[in-house]
Amino acid sequence: MKLNVNGTVHEVDAPEDMPLLWVLRDVLGMTGTKFGCGMAQCGACTVHLDGQATRSCVLPVSSVGSRMVTTIEGLSPDGTHPVQKAWAEVDVVQCGYCQPGQIMSAAALLAHHPNPTDAEIDLALAGNICRCGAYQRIREAVRAAATQRRADR
Amino acid sequence: MTALSRREMLRASLLSGAGLFVAFHIPRKARAAAQPPAKPLPDPNAFVRVAPDGSVTVLLAHSEMGQGIWTGLAMLIAEELDCNWSKIRVEHAPAAPVYAHPAFGIQMTGGSTTTWSEFDRYRQAGAMARAMLVRAAAAQWKTDPKKLRTENGFVLRGSDKLSYGELAVAAQAQTPPKSVKLKDRKEWKIIGKPTRRLDSPEKITGKAQFGMDVRLPGVRTALVARSPVFGGKVKSFDASKAKGVKGVEQVVQVPSGVAVVASNFWSAKLGRDALTVDWDPGPGATLDSAALVKSYRETARTKGTVAAEKGDAETALSKASKRVVAEYDVPYLAHATMEPLNATVKLEGDRCEIWTGTQFQTMDQLTAGRIAGIPPQNVSIHTQFLGGGFGRRATPSSDFVAEAVQVAKAAGVPVKVMWTREDDIQGGFYRPLFLHRIEAGLDDKGLPSAWKHTIVGQSILTGTPFEKMMVKNGIDETSIEGIVDSPYFETVPARLVTVHSPRSPVTVLWWRSVGNTHTAFAMESMIDELAWAAGRDPLEFRTAMLADHPRHRRALQTAAEKAGWGKPPPAGRARGLAVHESFGSIIAEVAEVSVDDQKEIHVHKVSCAVDCGTALNPLGIEAQVQGAVAFGLSAVLHSELTLKEGRVEQSNFHDYQVLRLPDMPTVTVQIIESDAKMGGIGEPATAPISAAVANAVYALTKKRLRSLPLRFA
Repeated sequence: MKLNVNGTVHEVDAPEDMPLLWVLRDVLGMTGTKFGCGMAQCGACTVHLDGQATRSCVLPVSSVGSRMVTTIEGLSPDGTHPVQKAWAEVDVVQCGYCQPGQIMSAAALLAHHPNPTDAEIDLALAGNICRCGAYQRIREAVRAAATQRRADR
Repeated sequence: MTALSRREMLRASLLSGAGLFVAFHIPRKARAAAQPPAKPLPDPNAFVRVAPDGSVTVLLAHSEMGQGIWTGLAMLIAEELDCNWSKIRVEHAPAAPVYAHPAFGIQMTGGSTTTWSEFDRYRQAGAMARAMLVRAAAAQWKTDPKKLRTENGFVLRGSDKLSYGELAVAAQAQTPPKSVKLKDRKEWKIIGKPTRRLDSPEKITGKAQFGMDVRLPGVRTALVARSPVFGGKVKSFDASKAKGVKGVEQVVQVPSGVAVVASNFWSAKLGRDALTVDWDPGPGATLDSAALVKSYRETARTKGTVAAEKGDAETALSKASKRVVAEYDVPYLAHATMEPLNATVKLEGDRCEIWTGTQFQTMDQLTAGRIAGIPPQNVSIHTQFLGGGFGRRATPSSDFVAEAVQVAKAAGVPVKVMWTREDDIQGGFYRPLFLHRIEAGLDDKGLPSAWKHTIVGQSILTGTPFEKMMVKNGIDETSIEGIVDSPYFETVPARLVTVHSPRSPVTVLWWRSVGNTHTAFAMESMIDELAWAAGRDPLEFRTAMLADHPRHRRALQTAAEKAGWGKPPPAGRARGLAVHESFGSIIAEVAEVSVDDQKEIHVHKVSCAVDCGTALNPLGIEAQVQGAVAFGLSAVLHSELTLKEGRVEQSNFHDYQVLRLPDMPTVTVQIIESDAKMGGIGEPATAPISAAVANAVYALTKKRLRSLPLRFA
């Protein structure tokens, strides 16, 4: 089957029921998207499907179809997406394992809600667990990214 | 001493259990004794490399698991090296004796010890490298090194300058100096300066490589079916269906269970799902955590092994003006690191290569070497970023590394053994279930006059190589830390602490802040109960008890002032406080809480005051304290592992709940600068939060909740 990941169309040989996460990691060798729970409970595997934040660990690859998959590797060529810049500026990361998922959730939120309230931020990222507990800076960085995006326009 | 002889010595001492581990974490009073004695200068080349391109590579003797040493240890080198900060690169060091923990003698990360234990060694390595660069420049200029100075990656003589890159090769040929003078505190430019993390760029782009991300040619993926009951063994298994799954290559038995080896994760998972294993459950089959709490409650009414005793607590209790009796209990907890456990192992001839995120390189070498039948120095460890540690990647038995070596050995191919979240939640090595029973008496002035304390819970260290050093007279230090060394405790004239350490097939381990996770809850809850019983303000009561402990008092007062203690909280909210010393640092926390109509507890704000001595990186300290509070709040509000008929009842994040973003309070962190001996910062802020919240809930509702997670029945 064909799979469009970060703008490149890949011819993929994988079982239809294989979750997109494992196609990305084990077939395409793109390890930025993380495995955390395998049941859409932790958000570490978050990617965008046509711009929507989606948990790739429970999504059979056959159901992706022609939709565009964006992973952390494709969010920006060099880590300069406003969310990534805010993450660096606010010094969010600790162990860093959940951060690709956090960043993908935050980027999808801001693409749809450029000016989110704190409650909207909390809701949009409630599905992304961070065991290091970097939540306070995550919240702060989403706010900072929103401000930056508005300033950039 | 050669590397080999050092290693052999280390191995011998580890195996005999003598003299090696001073203590995994160090009780407050023993800290002075545990400070490493003056050591010979390090080999600077092992810790820092200056390259002709001007880059400065710092080799990390410890593992980066989120705590920020990737940045912190580099700051120590950079402070003395006078290099350009933007030229710094960091790498995990290989496993080798030169990287042994300065206080513990083996290569490891834990006990919130990295920064204080490396504070001298990394600065010395930086200063030595600087001296060698200066000497190289002096040789080139044919001048006295004393006439030269350094700045931002250059050696300077008047207006002449040579870059560190230009001098790199010549500097390497210089003999390392026999002594170096470290900068005086007043001269520090980097230490103490809020500094952003050096590992951010790779962690925000998905490039950072965790153990889970290791991909090597020919490496298969394996999942292991382990006994659903602790201590169970494989009776027999039927692999016919598993072998029919596309991608499954082998099914092999190993000591911990049955491994399905496949070309990728998904095949290995489907293969394992299709596997039928008949288990001999053994005595673990009847375990029931509710029954365990009940039996601990009964045990706590009997005297255990004496851990501390002064005066006659029974008599003092009988004479007390008021008595307060309370029992506090905490459940088993999984660490639930975001990155599930994994290890990649390649066995070839008399060599073993391991790629993993580990906190215990030396133990892994010893264990892997034993399994593979090769000397430990033939085991190479490629430490990857750890997707969280919290103690789980520091098992004395090296459980997940050992198992991966067993699978590689049995399968005869290189393998990456991966754990699923279910494997992790149900796989043991938990914070043990503990119960404390405290009977305390107040005298007629309203101060504690008697304290009888019985602790019941499994020992973490009994049966491990660390038993000889850390289990004394049958008492595991991690069961009593935070009580017998509590500054409150020492003011009570008649006191008795005894300990029961029941055995169980459930494997237990250190979990961020270890024994303090429950001892701080029991101590600071009881102190609060006594304050209310005495009719005194909880802050005033504590400061009265802490008359001889100015650092504790200052931390309490700082946190209380920030929280607005003494001023009315917003409607529907109340505040509670706690102070606790652990890992050499003192942390006071004030929590502001509310309780909603559904009887759910909400924590809105936590004000923290931290005295950890010299503060290397305030930005990192703030992150560690906020994170440690969040980690603790998971246990206060949500997490609980229960066993029924020997089986763990939870399996993943839907039923083993942890803190999520909407639950996160605003945590303010005030660092109290002091010139006290440097303490740790990764763990201490986890300890006081449980009591701070429980005490706030009491202030609000007048209901005393004594079980974690806190729930209204």
